[in-house]
Amino acid sequence: MSSAAMPRITYIEPDGRAVTLEVKPGLSLMRAAMEAGLEGIEAQCGGNCSCATCHCYVQPEWLDKLKPPSDDERLMLTNVAAERRTNSRLSCQLIAEKSLDGLTVRFPDRQS
Amino acid sequence: MDPQAPIVIVGAGQAGMQIAESLRQEGHVGALILCGEEPHPPYQRPPLSKKWLIDGGSINALAVRGPAVLERLKITLKTHCRITAIDRNRREVALADGSRLAYDRLALATGSLPRTLPIPGASLSGVLALRGIADSLAIGAAIRSCAAEGGRIVVIGGGFIGLEVAAAANKLGAQVTVLEGLARLMSRVTAPVVSESFARLHSAHGVQLVFGAQVAEIVAYEGHVAAVRTTGGQEYPAACVVVGIGVDPDDLLARSAGLACERGIVVDDCSRTSDPLIAAAGDCTARRLPSGELVRLESVQNAIEQGKSAAAALMGRTRPFVAAPWFWSDQFDVKLQMVGLSRGYDQVVTRGDLDKPAYSAFYFRSGRLLAVDSLNRISDHMQAKKLLDQGLSLTPEQAADPQFELTSLLKPRDATAGGA
Repeated sequence: MSSAAMPRITYIEPDGRAVTLEVKPGLSLMRAAMEAGLEGIEAQCGGNCSCATCHCYVQPEWLDKLKPPSDDERLMLTNVAAERRTNSRLSCQLIAEKSLDGLTVRFPDRQS
Repeated sequence: MDPQAPIVIVGAGQAGMQIAESLRQEGHVGALILCGEEPHPPYQRPPLSKKWLIDGGSINALAVRGPAVLERLKITLKTHCRITAIDRNRREVALADGSRLAYDRLALATGSLPRTLPIPGASLSGVLALRGIADSLAIGAAIRSCAAEGGRIVVIGGGFIGLEVAAAANKLGAQVTVLEGLARLMSRVTAPVVSESFARLHSAHGVQLVFGAQVAEIVAYEGHVAAVRTTGGQEYPAACVVVGIGVDPDDLLARSAGLACERGIVVDDCSRTSDPLIAAAGDCTARRLPSGELVRLESVQNAIEQGKSAAAALMGRTRPFVAAPWFWSDQFDVKLQMVGLSRGYDQVVTRGDLDKPAYSAFYFRSGRLLAVDSLNRISDHMQAKKLLDQGLSLTPEQAADPQFELTSLLKPRDATAGGA
């Protein structure tokens, strides 16, 4: 896979640092963040939509371009550890694809 | 606490990795040596009996963190590294290869070991247990060969691991028998109503469940497992046996070194052991609650939260683990999420549809909420987690009332869009 085809996703850590990763299409944004060792994510259940510790805030203008959350995700989001906002998503349910090139997500100050 | 001095972590699982990462976040700049017996970098174990067992997939996909992270955080990972002793006077650990490693402070994250059956035939070829990647691969291969050749898998133990393996084997097309010694499934951790739901679920998929089955012997044919015989004389044909009868904390090193152990390395809620230079986290620990009671948890959450506490403790800080414990299990299309500890309950009420199943079981003692098990009821689980974390309760009547909003007990939150 040439890097030209890899969407670049920017993650903002709780302390404000921005990290841009080239994420292989098909990989979840959670998995890419874990592999890169980002600090604002825990992903305790490993991508099972069971723990809500991979919570992120999606840049509002990107919300419509994402697949809407499943019922499971919507329910998990009801009680995330940090503040739940209308742009809250679980990054384990966001799958990288070319069209997401340029997306920015921010991690909350706490996941658990 | 000298931030330059070397810290050694024994055990490179989820807890060991968390301790290492958290130590860097806590400002430790000295050497950090993470010792693991397996050939792999730290990986997640829960998928080994769930999705990964069914779908296969790469070992890299299980990694807790990517390989670049260890390098960036200057964590020295020693694989194939077995520690045989701790010398607390000299502050050294002895390795199986005869070498020694000096430590200033030490963390123990040695995990747990599957219990073995004290019966004839327990070490036959074809008798498997699940702890690591190699075990999951072996079980996966045995399941696939059973599915292809029509052989039957016998799972001994109707707890989480046994039932997850049974569900995976069934899904892969193998015939499965589960032998449970007690009268119902998961009896150690759930109420009868939840056990019933899972028994119905497994039976509906064709898994044969046998209760009250005390196994006496694993019978061989030409050196390979052929059947499991119970004390009642019943024989269950088996091309493969998976033993899932629980785990014991691996506290041998700590015990030999004279640390306080009581079926697990005894730690306080900040993951401190009886030696101020040694912390411990994860499955290998037994945590002393303020009430004096000891609690053992086998979960990812425990590994992560105790790992954070242990790192803080080694840096001279206190970071107690106080969150309500939670667990999850996936079996067929049922997502089981549990929060709190139901031990000692005197009342259970349910909320939701028992037949589907899509309900939660609320456990109370003297009218106070202890724990909630949710089957395909994600929002109940998330709300119960909040309630228990905040030390709140509800009445059994409220729990049973479908009109009652669990969230009404929580502090309200604003749902506003914040900038990404």
